[in-house]
Amino acid sequence: MTSIPRRVLVTERAADLIRRLRGEHGPLMFHQSGGCCDGSSPMCYPAGEFLVGDRDVLLGSVLPEEGGTPVWISGTQFAAWRHTQLVLDVVPGRGGGFSLEAPHGVRFLTRGRVYSPDELTALDTAPPLTGAQVEAGEVEPPGGGPTIISADDLLAICPAPTRP
Amino acid sequence: MAVFARPGTEGSVMGFQSRYENFIGGEWVAPVGGQYFENPTPVTGQAFCEVARSTGQDIDLALDAAHAAAPAWGKTSAAERAAVLNKIADRIEENLTSLALAETWDNGKPIREAMAADLPLAVDHFRYFAGAIRAQEGTLSEIDDDTVAYHFHEPLGVVGQIIPWNFPILMATWKLAPALAAGNAVVLKPAEQTPASVLYLMSLVADLLPAGVVNIVNGFGFEAGKPLASSDRVAKVAFTGETTTGRLILQYVSQNLIPVTLELGGKSPNIFFSDVMAANDDFQDKALEGFTMFALNQGEVCTCPSRALIERPIYDEFLEMAAIRTKAVRQGDPLDTDTMIGAQASNDQLEKVLSYLEIGRGEGARVVTGGERAELGGDLSGGYYVQPTIFEGDNSMRIFQEEIFGPIVSVTSFDGYDDAIRIANDTLYGLGAGVWSRNGTTAYRAGRDIKAGRVWTNCFHAYPAHAAFGGYKQSGIGRETHKMMLEHYQQTKNLLVSYSPKALGFF
Repeated sequence: MTSIPRRVLVTERAADLIRRLRGEHGPLMFHQSGGCCDGSSPMCYPAGEFLVGDRDVLLGSVLPEEGGTPVWISGTQFAAWRHTQLVLDVVPGRGGGFSLEAPHGVRFLTRGRVYSPDELTALDTAPPLTGAQVEAGEVEPPGGGPTIISADDLLAICPAPTRP
Repeated sequence: MAVFARPGTEGSVMGFQSRYENFIGGEWVAPVGGQYFENPTPVTGQAFCEVARSTGQDIDLALDAAHAAAPAWGKTSAAERAAVLNKIADRIEENLTSLALAETWDNGKPIREAMAADLPLAVDHFRYFAGAIRAQEGTLSEIDDDTVAYHFHEPLGVVGQIIPWNFPILMATWKLAPALAAGNAVVLKPAEQTPASVLYLMSLVADLLPAGVVNIVNGFGFEAGKPLASSDRVAKVAFTGETTTGRLILQYVSQNLIPVTLELGGKSPNIFFSDVMAANDDFQDKALEGFTMFALNQGEVCTCPSRALIERPIYDEFLEMAAIRTKAVRQGDPLDTDTMIGAQASNDQLEKVLSYLEIGRGEGARVVTGGERAELGGDLSGGYYVQPTIFEGDNSMRIFQEEIFGPIVSVTSFDGYDDAIRIANDTLYGLGAGVWSRNGTTAYRAGRDIKAGRVWTNCFHAYPAHAAFGGYKQSGIGRETHKMMLEHYQQTKNLLVSYSPKALGFF
């Protein structure tokens, strides 16, 4: 049986940026945006800045060994995106909503990898927590492997050209 | 063909300042923190000016200036305010070429589009709201012979506006014109990706406005946008952008119990019924152009027709012709008047679009044409160019469900009317849609059945003033580009007046 893959990963450079922003702002959270302009971008806020709704979905916490940073998405958008694994990366850029990294001249970017049918079957056995469930005290099950994806693995699953 | 000289070079029609401060209280004011950020042009990727990096202190200064100006501005006659708006329109028109170049250099769009659409539309929007405010009337209700309810429009006071980067001058105009016409003072934050053209515009029209009526504060969302959107000294917030920031702004304004208008994008279907191919004529040609409109403004339009639904009997033939039309889209130097598609507005936007090209392939979509970054050579290689791309797939894919904001259209077929409407409405959003049919009844029914705020019928991407623009579902709240937007910037004052001398008899 295929093990249950994570729904969200971070690249090394995204992990470094998260650590840097945590140093500046304290604990963080992400909410995956949709729609126009900077839609499709993950928005990074101080933890608690964005009011998580009952029907938002917790894709997972990245860097759990460092306290964890939850990554949320709206329930309806999750339904449309659930067949893809999200990889939070960083690219040079400018701004985007109220996300915290803009002053650093970089932008978080959500890459995506389409799950295999076996992975989707495995994922169906472990639905993600909703905002209401987290509010009620439920926590993510432990385990699940590392949340950092290496540069080589990233290249293998997300071959989009990236520039330094 | 002609190629415009780059801003600030010999023979150019305009040049940017090397540094822009904030515009507060009728003057250029350095940011309190003394910091600036570099602003690159998407044409080459090179920085060309510095712009103020502001914080809450700068927002406060702008709000001070706006509050000082708002009472007098709100008391001016509609005729006076209309005259100011008309003068702004005239000034933009007189400087149309230089403003178009500024817009192209800051945003990356082709200059022929800036000259034919962005700037003429901005001129017309100021004139439209100048006319609309002159023509606006309050109402009265005769309750009974002794009692009359009078309804007056009053300005809200000071409003906050956060502008997107895809049409920097036009989107600022969409928000400024109704707010000013209605008698409000404004604190406006341009997008940090494209601040310069709005600031250049301000430098041209500053003398036309009383000090403090329009204040522009630049900076990043978290540092400057949040203090503006969460201030208890604004009476309304207007925002165009995406859903997460839209929710965050709703959260902020809820603390102050003030209204908000939001435009948050879409995933607009463009539906081609079989009869478009019934004749090889002007209408068929127009429909094919309508398909290709996904490439307009590099796809960076909230209503990009990024889902094309083609009825099965004509699917292969129409798509083949549409691909030919798409391949004919001329990509090149945005300053060349023959160029039809320019650069994405920022590097992160480029990266996002490229990531979706990979996601689409991963989902099993077929690339009909395009699908790659465009390499234009010379120093344009540092710019952010993507080939116009047609994907073939199905509506469950992310490339059909999420606005990529790039020159990418996702195409699928449908079987009959009901299937067309089902697919069209199978989306989180409802901003725009297109319907193409020679049958007026089919076109009408489809337009009414699609859950979207704007259904272009046998046309696409027209944005005239006097046609309401705004979204259903998760696409937002409110309507722009129409006189109804005036009421989004106004209070209703009801005077309930009794002309009877008699007591009621209760006490």
